[in-house]
Amino acid sequence: MLDLDVVTLSRLQFALTALYHFLFVPLTLGLSLLLAIMESVYVMTGRTIWRDMVKFWGTLFGINFAMGVATGITMEFQFGTNWAYYSHYVGDIFGAPLAIEGLMAFFLEATFVGLFFFGWNRLSRTGHLAVTWLVALGSNFSALWILVANSWMQNPVGAHFNPQTMRMELSSFTEVLFNPVAQSKFVHTVSAGYVTGSVFVMAIGAYYMLRGRHREIARRSLTVAASFGLASALSVVVLGDESGYTAGFSQKMKIAAIEAMWETEPAPADFTLFGIPDTKTETTSHEVKLPWLLGLIATRSLDKPVPGIKPLVAVAEQRIRNGIDAYKWLAATGDKPPAEVPEALEGSMHDLGYTLLLKRIRPDVENATEAQMHDAALSTIPDVPVLFWSFRIMVALGFYFIALFSAAFYLACRRRCGKPWFLTLVLLSLPLPWIAAELGWIVAEYGRQPWIIDGIMPTFLGVSNVPAGNVLFSLAGFVLFYSTLAVIDLFLIVKYVRLGPKSGPDGKATGLFPAPAQ
Amino acid sequence: MPIDYGTLRLIWWLLLGVLLIGFAIMDGFDLGAAMLHPFVPRNEKERRILLNTIGPVWEGNQIWFVLGGGAAFAAWPPLYATSFSGFYLAMFLVLCGFILRPVALTFRSKVEAANWRQGWDRAFFLSGLVPSLIFGVAFGNLFLGVPFHFDHELRLTYEGGLLGLLNPFALLCGLVSVAMLTMQGASYLALKSEGELSARAGRFGTWAAAALLVLFTLAGLWVAFGIEGYVLQSAPDPAGPSNPLLKSVGRQAGAWLENYHRQSWNLTAPVLAYAGVIAAALALRFKAPLIAFIGSSLSVAGVIATAGLSLFPFLLPSSSQPGHSLTVWDASSSQLTLFIMLGATLVFLPIVLAYTSWVFAVMRGTVTESTIEREADTLY
Repeated sequence: MLDLDVVTLSRLQFALTALYHFLFVPLTLGLSLLLAIMESVYVMTGRTIWRDMVKFWGTLFGINFAMGVATGITMEFQFGTNWAYYSHYVGDIFGAPLAIEGLMAFFLEATFVGLFFFGWNRLSRTGHLAVTWLVALGSNFSALWILVANSWMQNPVGAHFNPQTMRMELSSFTEVLFNPVAQSKFVHTVSAGYVTGSVFVMAIGAYYMLRGRHREIARRSLTVAASFGLASALSVVVLGDESGYTAGFSQKMKIAAIEAMWETEPAPADFTLFGIPDTKTETTSHEVKLPWLLGLIATRSLDKPVPGIKPLVAVAEQRIRNGIDAYKWLAATGDKPPAEVPEALEGSMHDLGYTLLLKRIRPDVENATEAQMHDAALSTIPDVPVLFWSFRIMVALGFYFIALFSAAFYLACRRRCGKPWFLTLVLLSLPLPWIAAELGWIVAEYGRQPWIIDGIMPTFLGVSNVPAGNVLFSLAGFVLFYSTLAVIDLFLIVKYVRLGPKSGPDGKATGLFPAPAQ
Repeated sequence: MPIDYGTLRLIWWLLLGVLLIGFAIMDGFDLGAAMLHPFVPRNEKERRILLNTIGPVWEGNQIWFVLGGGAAFAAWPPLYATSFSGFYLAMFLVLCGFILRPVALTFRSKVEAANWRQGWDRAFFLSGLVPSLIFGVAFGNLFLGVPFHFDHELRLTYEGGLLGLLNPFALLCGLVSVAMLTMQGASYLALKSEGELSARAGRFGTWAAAALLVLFTLAGLWVAFGIEGYVLQSAPDPAGPSNPLLKSVGRQAGAWLENYHRQSWNLTAPVLAYAGVIAAALALRFKAPLIAFIGSSLSVAGVIATAGLSLFPFLLPSSSQPGHSLTVWDASSSQLTLFIMLGATLVFLPIVLAYTSWVFAVMRGTVTESTIEREADTLY
């Protein structure tokens, strides 16, 4: 039975609103760039059919963009409303990328998206083209800064604890910005967005080809999407690999859980393609392994071992014990906290986050028993079966996209669109990038549990001190509100796909809205 | 670090005010137009004209709000955390308003049925009214203080609820906010439309300005004579750590006017508020909408500045534990973060202002019936 406490409800609400927001973000990322590419072709060749394509895909983009913005404001609010102690504890570091995201990215995309829709008749061809590129640039900048922020949650570099303010504070902005996790995550995530945009365009293009409608627009759309999609699919898989490598340094437990690797394998570790993890016996049965592959991905070597879950639990238990001294010292600082942690306690301070895991078991952590410390150490294991399968399905989809785009690209090069069975396959692939993207976020965020900031703050400590009833109310509100909007959004997208692009001698294509009743 | 901590905090207090004023001026006319949507336009054509005056610019305008929230998080994390979680249900209502607006605008004209449009029109109206009202209510509560305290680890406990926020003074401030943003929306609509619609918008704007004048004065008198303000007794070191527990605070009748007594140049804020509202009312009456819009914007700036200068250095006073109140001197981010954020702002804000101006220039001129007919396929 689901325990309806503040922590569970807040986590559920954040997960649902974030997954929901990420239904719209990848399409914005991919489609904005595809629009810029199509409009570039228009300006370079002067062929109005490309402008008609921009206007048609732009209508769908507009519907999606509005939902992305609306659901994004929810996310910005939610750190403050539901994770107030987290916001206080790490806001000094975490708030900055979010604010810069506003300054550099949101203003850019939101300001120019207005001109994208309303400025066709007021701007020159190159002027409007520049506007479209700026919208694409803005949305990509946005991804950069939010991922810098999220990467800091996964690998909290460049920060230190200040006993006088009882929070983490920034030591080095460059370390935060150039966090290796951020770099790989950014390219991986925007590539996933590009794949989503490409599959979206290809699927709808395939639909038109199957129906024998709008052939010229469909053919060109398929060509652009296939090429862009192939490059993106390769990028997303390569950068996924890169993410695995950086996580091998910073989040060993996450890697071990994704692999359902209970014991440390002798180097080079095998990659488990298939298996049935059992959390009770802490084993994985029916394993099908690919030799050496995990060692290569996680360590890029043949001789470094990849630690298993059980040895990592033992390390966690040590760290929990080690952090108690720092905890006791902090609790005793009273009204006049000192400016710095004493040098002798710096090592213990480094493990304070682990000691805080005990807070779930007892408030006076300094009196924890050995058994309780062992329990707290066990809580560092995330949900192994969910991670194991989410990761594998996501990767399988990634390779599927490479195959799909390769075939489509080959056909496009041969100026063919493919047989009906292939076009149907393309159409049926429409939901797949969304499934892959959401599974990816589940791996990233559910895999980081029990931490909200890895090694520094457990998730359960970061929640706001609000009545559970309030969170239940807002959660119910979001579920109702968002479900209704999703239905309407889908209805409108389908309606405009069915209507199709308009193009005629006077170039009057489908814009944002149908003409008003005269 | 070239700038000392106290100065950085002062600068960031000013910047927070600038962002708040920027939001009220820029997104204020979008919210105001939404509130006027059921009343000023008399037919479907005029409704579409209104929607298309804000159509090209409202998404950019909204980012002033997003940035304000982001800046609060980055520069004043305890304020962001305390106000957003403390005002939980109120923030949820504001959020619903902000979610309704983009969907109402985008979805409204996409289906030809009349009841579809009416439904979204109602949603659009609420998307303007609810945030406008709640912002005023929230601001009003800053003068009264709200009940919260911190423990030794600076963990927050907020002791109040939604009903506590809806007290008479705060509701009055909510009405001030609604009047102010309606005036702003009406001035903008008068400027960007023509003929009957523009004239009607002007009349509504004059009434809103008159209402603002009366309500603002009432609120001011109430603050002066009816509210016990907060005063620092042992002030925190302006360059000290951000720990609200290290000071003591008392309450005193008329304390909220202290800053005006001490530094009379602060009076430029209320003077600006009054001068602007009178200029807006007169300019609308005499059909000079550009002057009206400028006057209205100056008035908006003046009203918000009046409140901010009065509260300084308090950001969020605590009514249950005054000593735990959040002030400019003990609720900020670290010196390094404030410095880096200042650098980022100094680089990007001018760029933002430049391209925003360019967009307004490209979209200059009025929206008329013939615009709607000519460009029907690209408009709201």
